[in-house]
Amino acid sequence: MSTDRRDFLKAGAVAGVAAAAVNLLPNAVHAAGNDTIKVGLIGCGGRGSGAIAQSLEADKSTKFHAACDFFPEKSTSIVKAMKGKFADRVDVGDRVFSGLDGARKVIESGADLIILATPPGFRPYHLELAINAGKHVFTEKPVAVDGPGIKKCLELAEVAKKKNLAIGAGTQRRHQAGYIETIKQIQGGAIGEIVAGRCSWNGDGIWFHPRKANETDVEYQIRNWYHYLWLCGDHIVEQHVHNLDVMNWAIGAHPVKAYGFGGRSYRKVGTPDEVGHIWDHFAVELEYPKGVHVSSYCTHIPGIKSDISETIFGTKGSSKVNAYRINGKQVFEGNETNPYVQEHIDLIQSIKAGKPINELQNVAESTMTAILARMAAYSGQPLTWEQALNSKELTMPAELTEKSTLKTPPVPLPGKYKVA
Amino acid sequence: MAPRTILVILSAVLGGLVLCAASPRADDVKQVIPPSPKVPAKVELPHKNFTDILPGEEIKFEMVYVPGGEFKMGSPADEAGRQADEGPQHPVKVSPFWLAKFEVSWDEYYTFWKDPGIFKMDEIPEEDLAKLKPDAITKPSNTYVDELYDHGRDGFPAICMTHHAAMMYCHWLRWKTKKGYRLPTEAEWEFACRAGYEGPYGFDKSEKLDDQSWMKSNSPDEDHPKGTTHKVGTKKANKLGLHDMHGNVAEWVLDHYDAKFYETFPADKLTLNPANKPTEKKWSHVVRGGSWADPPERLRAAIRRGSDKSWMKHDPQLPQSIWWLTKMDVIGFRVALPVEESPELLGVKPMVLKKVE
Repeated sequence: MSTDRRDFLKAGAVAGVAAAAVNLLPNAVHAAGNDTIKVGLIGCGGRGSGAIAQSLEADKSTKFHAACDFFPEKSTSIVKAMKGKFADRVDVGDRVFSGLDGARKVIESGADLIILATPPGFRPYHLELAINAGKHVFTEKPVAVDGPGIKKCLELAEVAKKKNLAIGAGTQRRHQAGYIETIKQIQGGAIGEIVAGRCSWNGDGIWFHPRKANETDVEYQIRNWYHYLWLCGDHIVEQHVHNLDVMNWAIGAHPVKAYGFGGRSYRKVGTPDEVGHIWDHFAVELEYPKGVHVSSYCTHIPGIKSDISETIFGTKGSSKVNAYRINGKQVFEGNETNPYVQEHIDLIQSIKAGKPINELQNVAESTMTAILARMAAYSGQPLTWEQALNSKELTMPAELTEKSTLKTPPVPLPGKYKVA
Repeated sequence: MAPRTILVILSAVLGGLVLCAASPRADDVKQVIPPSPKVPAKVELPHKNFTDILPGEEIKFEMVYVPGGEFKMGSPADEAGRQADEGPQHPVKVSPFWLAKFEVSWDEYYTFWKDPGIFKMDEIPEEDLAKLKPDAITKPSNTYVDELYDHGRDGFPAICMTHHAAMMYCHWLRWKTKKGYRLPTEAEWEFACRAGYEGPYGFDKSEKLDDQSWMKSNSPDEDHPKGTTHKVGTKKANKLGLHDMHGNVAEWVLDHYDAKFYETFPADKLTLNPANKPTEKKWSHVVRGGSWADPPERLRAAIRRGSDKSWMKHDPQLPQSIWWLTKMDVIGFRVALPVEESPELLGVKPMVLKKVE
């Protein structure tokens, strides 16, 4: 095993771009002596903190090597917490960074595997840094918030393949035994030919943190990242991507077209700068190849009856995928490993075996599915995959610094909002 | 942008303050966090069933009077399905109390969760949050995924809440009603469940468990082939008038779980109101009565289940929630009200803080 791993890390390192070679060389040499996988964490919020713990739990060979968060107190506090939980598996030294440039510092710190868990708006840029530097990556979902970001991800998926880099994604349903079995049976013809699907993430909302005294625009928006399009992509992208991913997975394709509507009726009232500008409900019809249709619903509406589910309809019945049920019959009953740990197990084992998984294309297409649905609903116009993917709408503020003044666009209005 | 201040009013300073904010928002300039409620140790109400009404809400709930008494707590060694932690059997005396006729329903729980007069912790500015103790009345965060997981809502038992959240619900009830509501102690719960019977279940041998409880064999329906919760009170009540003590949802009681707890009591002498008082520790607490997903032996009056960290394996965040047991859709609770609180439990309150464990 150790030989495989050594070879593999080398393959990653040698293929790295020249500029990164300085950082990678000692890394590869060190790796030759043992089986340690040094993990760098980018984004230390609730999800990133969970992901590093799950990575450490997934395999004895991982070591927490470096961390960054935009907010310095977040990176220091997760390092402290992990020391308490996994004492000898934490060796971060002074590799604890903050600010917008922290990601680059983590990637250049000598880590082998990078966990990307910042708000999704940053993801394409961090993926680019990490993959170009020859790093294996665990990327949280979604992987972008706009068409240009997805295009970057799709290109990077190919680069990673050429470099033999493993890219795992936080679409944990794909690592959940019950889902895997149910989808396998659907694809094996258990409900005949697939004709339609329905998926939803109907819940009642998300946190909002009051503005602190003297907080800059960038600090305030990153702390409340969910509510700003450039960081979050709207809740259809950030949350509902999980359910849309199951649709794409079961159908074996991404949609070709979307039409839908929605709006913002229940969120905080105020100027977009202060309260954000994302919507709180979407209903979108997605058209897939061969005329397969999917109804997609998602809400952040207080008081609504929650419904987080995926159903696939076929010529010979239907499957409630999230309940692991086909035509009313349970198709999976066993125990599942915690899927949030399983996704790291699958990633790390693929690295060790020298057979790197690469989930970037899947998760990029699922993210794009949600972006397409969002743009169709925002505009109120039917929209094709190509139109959305090739749109010029780039949401990342130009020349962003910690001190930038941010001007938030208005809440998108169908009829007024145009796909660029 | 003007700084926003929340006036954190501590009970020690302004305990007698009358709260008059009708429907405040967290972003108002001044806010009030309700002080930790002070309630009388003794309830001056006739010793019979009564209906409580939440002031300003449309929610009513029925409380069944349970006269105190003596019973053998735990199960005999030869009871079918018996676990080691159910013994040794020991004589216990419980003082009179009221116990909710039904498990807390979503209608009631949403009233708490959506109460516009209290806040989620993330709505409170960090500088003020630092001053709050865990017993400050706050409401559950939004769920990471869901709270229903395909189970029913209106009239159905609330599920997936942590012990801390159930404790906070009681704390909130105290504030609303000025009565000393809390979770029943494990001893009170078993006494009420047994309703005078010594066998595995709290009803006569001529009765059928199937008529008394929702469990694995009878809870499935067309939409839920693996079983589901059912509306509270749709099975027969026990002799005291309490519904769903066996099955439907497993119910939080007040006590920390200790497998050896019963060994600490004399076998030949009555113990008065035993309780393993909850602390700031998140783990572990007792649930009782079994659920819609359990077979009959796990619904027995004596069976004890200790909460476990694995109950939160579907919460991938760190620190994990102190409010929700993600996907743990078999756990609920009901509330109790002692006629006169035992001295050890005076001032019992939620104490859990959010942190990485």
